[in-house]
Amino acid sequence: MTEIAKRKIVNTLALSLACAAAALGLFWLLFILADVLRHGIAYITPGLFLNEAAPPGMAGGGLKHAFIGQLLITFFAVLIGIPLGILGGTYLAEYGRHRRIGRFISTLSDIMISVPSIVIGTFVYAVFVKPIGQFSGFAGSLALAIIMIPVVLRTTEEMISLVPWEIREAAFALGAPYYKVILQVVYRGAATGIFTGILLAIARIAGETAPLLFTSFNNMFLTTNMNEPMPSLTVTIYQYAMGPYDDWHEMAWAASFVITMFILGLTILGRLIIRWKYKH
Amino acid sequence: MASTIKREQTLDKLFCGITFSAAFLVLAIIVSIFISLFRESLTAIDAFGFFGFISSTAWDPVREVFGAATTLYGTLVTTLLALAMAVPVSLGIAIFITELCPKFLKPIFGTAIELLAAIPSIIYGMWGLFTFAPLMGEYVEPLLQSIFEPIPLIGQLFVGVPLGIDILTTSIVLSIMITPFIASIVRDTFALTPIQLKESAYGIGATRWEVIKDVIIPYSKAGIFGSIIIAMGRALGETMAVAFVLGNKHAIATSLFDASATITVTLANEFTEADTDLYLSSLFYLALILLGMNFLLLAIAKTVLARKRKI
Repeated sequence: MTEIAKRKIVNTLALSLACAAAALGLFWLLFILADVLRHGIAYITPGLFLNEAAPPGMAGGGLKHAFIGQLLITFFAVLIGIPLGILGGTYLAEYGRHRRIGRFISTLSDIMISVPSIVIGTFVYAVFVKPIGQFSGFAGSLALAIIMIPVVLRTTEEMISLVPWEIREAAFALGAPYYKVILQVVYRGAATGIFTGILLAIARIAGETAPLLFTSFNNMFLTTNMNEPMPSLTVTIYQYAMGPYDDWHEMAWAASFVITMFILGLTILGRLIIRWKYKH
Repeated sequence: MASTIKREQTLDKLFCGITFSAAFLVLAIIVSIFISLFRESLTAIDAFGFFGFISSTAWDPVREVFGAATTLYGTLVTTLLALAMAVPVSLGIAIFITELCPKFLKPIFGTAIELLAAIPSIIYGMWGLFTFAPLMGEYVEPLLQSIFEPIPLIGQLFVGVPLGIDILTTSIVLSIMITPFIASIVRDTFALTPIQLKESAYGIGATRWEVIKDVIIPYSKAGIFGSIIIAMGRALGETMAVAFVLGNKHAIATSLFDASATITVTLANEFTEADTDLYLSSLFYLALILLGMNFLLLAIAKTVLARKRKI
């Protein structure tokens, strides 16, 4: 066999392997999605959203308590996490962009994004749950907010940095002070990007389970009191999936289906907005 | 006029101060995480020390003797196996996206791989527990066992009753979860390779694979290394998916078909059940060790990636 033929064979072989790897990645995605779809969609009933939990082993229960708990916990997490993230990102991209502390905090946020979420849960337990003496919805929101802040902060920083400097100079030339330039010019230019960042951050925390295990804990009853232990969809999935009853498993699948669709929907929406806005 | 200017300057200082406090909060949170976890671990640190704790295989809530060796072992073994499986696949995916994929498919395929990263870990857990683990236990693992068990030495890795809830299944699920992280970072660094370098290699007659192997990959070394470290951090800290399929057994497992426990799973399962101060403190100690490892890895990855960007 000639040298050239050998190189050509190696080439074809290696490139086929790369294609196979790509196919494998796609295979897992479709396998998992099809599985969640197949199991989940059959158990989506109005009762799932309208009924509260039935006593263990009895039929006819729903997950209304978990849906409402999830919404409340997420809502307060967003309320705390998003403003702080946006303001912090503004500092990094504007006032602090040439300062060492700014660069340092930016790197630190990147590291913090990768801190295991269960560690955040233990932290909130130590500083919030333990001193107060009880699990609460607020503790869950706090844990999720801590996870959100660095994510929102970094996307805000990046999106604000994309606004051309000349636009700020035009506003400076009219005599506008820096804060007005940021509030009225920069934010307007970066609004779509920041909004997308918020969507993706919500998608990120919507599926979080580990940090809620010992902060908001769980509750079989409907509650809107954020000072009490509060059920969430994800912790409920964990509890029901590990439980012995078949209808618990079915509800866990249905809840998985709802969460997956919500998160994939948000993620795809976010990507579409980015592509539509920043394609040039 | 002068007063307006003065007022505007004050407001500007105020806004700068507010945004600075928000940014500073990140630093404050990280420092307080370290401090509070350390403070909560003090009881366990006093009782077991550092090397005593990480080298002890005991985990006995009744006699109140705790050691991190079994969970550290479980964490590291599943993470390293997951990396071993994920790295080649991720490189293949990155090569496919940057070099082989038809242009119109690129965004679709890229999004598909990123969706794999967006699926929450509890869903990986559900799928792993109810669909994947039974498949592994019923078909894949008996097959592997029949092939490899007769071989001396290697056979030891395949002994036991294959139930599907074990190290092998966990590592595969973890590898699927971290693949998109490696693939997307590597893809970005691949795309940074200067076109002139690639063209000159093609110009002297290199095949496509030779260009990838001898030009693109060496040029992207730092990116590949950084992405692997970041993925390792992900795998170390992964909780829910592992909690479903690893079985939570505190023992040094020598077979791929043994159940095991990781730091994260131990925290998830035992934290709310810890009834004594020493028990809870030992769990905080585990969390602190996990945080320390994770932080160190990410700091290394950031340094490597940042140095690459400067060149």
